[in-house]
Amino acid sequence: MSVHTSRSEKALDVTNALVLIALGLVTVVPFIFVIAGSFATESELTARPFFLWPEQFTTASYDFILSTDTFLRSLLVTVGVTVFGTLVQLLLTFTMAYPLSKRYLPGRTLILNLVVFTMVFTGGMIPTFLVVKSMGLLDSYWALILPLAISPFYLIIVKNFFQELPEELQQAAKVDGCSEIGVFFRIVLPLSKPVLATFALFYAVGIWNDFMSPLLYINDSSMWTLQMFVRQVTSSASLSNTLGQTNLDIVPPEQGVQFAVIVAATLPILILYPFLQKHFAKGILIGAVKG
Amino acid sequence: MAVDTYEVKAPAPDGEVRETARPRKVPLQVRLLQYRWLMLLLLPGVIYFVVFKYMPMYGVTLAFKDYVPVLGWSDSPWVGLKHFDRMFTSPDFPRVFWNTVVLAFLNVVIVFPMPIIVALMLNELRVTVLKRMIQTAIYIPHFLSWAIVASITFLLFAYGDGPLTLLVERLTGDTESILTDPAWFRPLIILQTLWKSVGWGTIIYLAALAGVDASLYEAARIDGATRMRQLWHVTLPAIRSTIIVMLILQSGTLLDTGFEQIYLMTNSLNRGVAEVLDTYTYYMGIEQGAFSYSTAVGLFKGVIGAVLIFGTNFLAKKFNQSTLF
Repeated sequence: MSVHTSRSEKALDVTNALVLIALGLVTVVPFIFVIAGSFATESELTARPFFLWPEQFTTASYDFILSTDTFLRSLLVTVGVTVFGTLVQLLLTFTMAYPLSKRYLPGRTLILNLVVFTMVFTGGMIPTFLVVKSMGLLDSYWALILPLAISPFYLIIVKNFFQELPEELQQAAKVDGCSEIGVFFRIVLPLSKPVLATFALFYAVGIWNDFMSPLLYINDSSMWTLQMFVRQVTSSASLSNTLGQTNLDIVPPEQGVQFAVIVAATLPILILYPFLQKHFAKGILIGAVKG
Repeated sequence: MAVDTYEVKAPAPDGEVRETARPRKVPLQVRLLQYRWLMLLLLPGVIYFVVFKYMPMYGVTLAFKDYVPVLGWSDSPWVGLKHFDRMFTSPDFPRVFWNTVVLAFLNVVIVFPMPIIVALMLNELRVTVLKRMIQTAIYIPHFLSWAIVASITFLLFAYGDGPLTLLVERLTGDTESILTDPAWFRPLIILQTLWKSVGWGTIIYLAALAGVDASLYEAARIDGATRMRQLWHVTLPAIRSTIIVMLILQSGTLLDTGFEQIYLMTNSLNRGVAEVLDTYTYYMGIEQGAFSYSTAVGLFKGVIGAVLIFGTNFLAKKFNQSTLF
């Protein structure tokens, strides 16, 4: 650091640090509030409007949501759609990106331009809805996967990554009698493991958090994903109706449940967070550098 | 990387390799045959783009037709600009358009600069551990869904006993229900957007800041520049092109006021200020079944978006700044 750090500059540094710490706290406090609330008793939630640590620790709210069919079903649906959907998205994105990374491919520029155009202009919500409808995908889990199968942004980033891979290796494999498809699956994909991991996370978080697709395409409430379920619980007055309570002996912890479903629906993201932070930051930068 | 261990000296003198270097000499049919496996890999993706991107684009012709479900969209009768007439004379449309423009304006003026400011502040923070902790904290909300963000908002601003409702009550004496008060709708939306996106938005600027040549600061210091002057004369010019590219990108999505967020925060009492083009399209199309009319609304928005992105890009080019295309 500079030798002549003046007093005013030091004051500036301290203020800067304090403002940033405040910013960090403002960001996490709502979340700690929700977690604390999910482990608190109903009486505490009624008595204390705000706390970051429950006086009396209880898992009653979680016990209750785990005792209902609706929560477990939507959890299962969400996990299934996310896992399967991510696989479909990765497969489609990577198989399309690979040929597009070959400069000698006939029609490559045309296809790339058509892909980029979809980032600037789209048909919009209603025409897309009608396409999905006309394919008979309403009230089908495919509707949560197929319309979002390839993100043009991710496709371009993966294509740029493939372009950087050493061509010699792929040619050597071809000389040894490997077909193009063999090269892709046996040479290129194993070299792309970090990128695969990154985009698996990108896509998985996208499906997990998607609210619009189930809202548009799923009418049958027994097929709801967690996001739809959470919204229903936190914005509706009668809880036992929403949840389809099976055991009527239990009095539902009305307030606590609202906190608990938020935590439950976010838990997988929070578990993945360390990976997310690392890989996403890298992914966003690959995209940034290459444009 | 494993690449080095293979010791590939030069491509083998194989015919195919030579041809790939000079593709122009080979007729198209031969090339198509030669690259049939690549074409096969390409096919599923191309089908995806045709079905889910270009068919809806063709579907915008519905905006000029009267959609009859039995006839399908290609055989439904053409009606010219009927739906656009209806749109521009509808009493709802000016309000919806105005709501969209106001939110877009607030997004550019309030939300857009915040990640730049926070990134500059983080960049000045010399305590690495603290910097990393703050980054970890402010990135989190980016990964939460809008359904979760809205639910947390419902809890914080709950009528009567939400902690922030009580705080507002203490500060202003206002006992209004914040979640349904139209006057509170826009502040809530902007607060949510800031909470969710500012931290994540800093990443791109921090990367640009990390690339600034350290000798520039040294030179500035020798010339007697204070930290503030260094910020103004070295740091800001260095990230200018990043800011401009981000601004172009943002301009294309200006009217995308975030369907999920607005939809989740709308209720019957705040609908007057809450309804934007996206939610209006949903409401008219999916809920009311006016497919052609809502397609027209969507097309109107899409065209403005495309014009904005090309327009900003054109302006940036004209002023010799970095551009997207």
